[in-house]
Amino acid sequence: MTLYDFIFYLFAAITLVSAFFVVTIRNIVYSAFFLLFTFFGVAGIYIILGADFVAMVQLIVYVGGILILILFGVMLTNKITNVQIKTRTSTILPATIGVAMFAGLLSAIFVNTPWRKMDTTPMLPTTQALGVMLISEYGIVFELLGILLLIALIGAASLARK
Amino acid sequence: MIHVGLNHFLVVSSILFSLGLFGIVTRKNAVMVLMGIELVLNSANINFIAFAKYGNFGLQGQMMALFVIVLAAAEAAIALAIVLNIYKTFSTVNVDEIDTLKD
Repeated sequence: MTLYDFIFYLFAAITLVSAFFVVTIRNIVYSAFFLLFTFFGVAGIYIILGADFVAMVQLIVYVGGILILILFGVMLTNKITNVQIKTRTSTILPATIGVAMFAGLLSAIFVNTPWRKMDTTPMLPTTQALGVMLISEYGIVFELLGILLLIALIGAASLARK
Repeated sequence: MIHVGLNHFLVVSSILFSLGLFGIVTRKNAVMVLMGIELVLNSANINFIAFAKYGNFGLQGQMMALFVIVLAAAEAAIALAIVLNIYKTFSTVNVDEIDTLKD
């Protein structure tokens, strides 16, 4: 087992264990904090896949932005006196069976598909190449996404302060 | 253990997807449903980047992952604004109880 394998298993374990706690733990604030570890683990997986810029964007946008938004959502919508944490067990059993079967099916498909063997892309810094692609090949998509984000933020602000 | 290849990343992403799906279907709190959606989006991103590396597509997959992250940010902002409005109107965020379009 090489160092690369070890790091992969480490990040995969962090991601999956904390994701499991996110969806099973009762206290929603703890769920939000376990989501932090999931995002960190996924960023680690991006790094060992050679996507350094995407990993940094993941850390900045997800951990710095989306997680804070979700924590705001949790704190603003949880009355301390009226905490409803009971979940009916009748939905958990069918959901577990269905989701486990789905995960097994998906993994079996992935493992058994004869993927074409190709040379892996060498690990190089990607930031410059991504920047050049963003203003040349993907220029229109980039502009459209900027407009979309502007619309989304204006919409969110006007929705929330009504 | 065998050497880490494409399949390992795909299996991790499929398990992450299933955990997100489990969160979406079992949790009642609307904010928890949003967290499940974030897990699903992250698993899709792992797939994009894994195929970008092992499929030799250059940087196209990483670009798609960036776009997914941008869309996830927009989606989280809008969805949390809606959840806050729902909480103001119904004083609950239980998605099973919110079943009317006007009060």
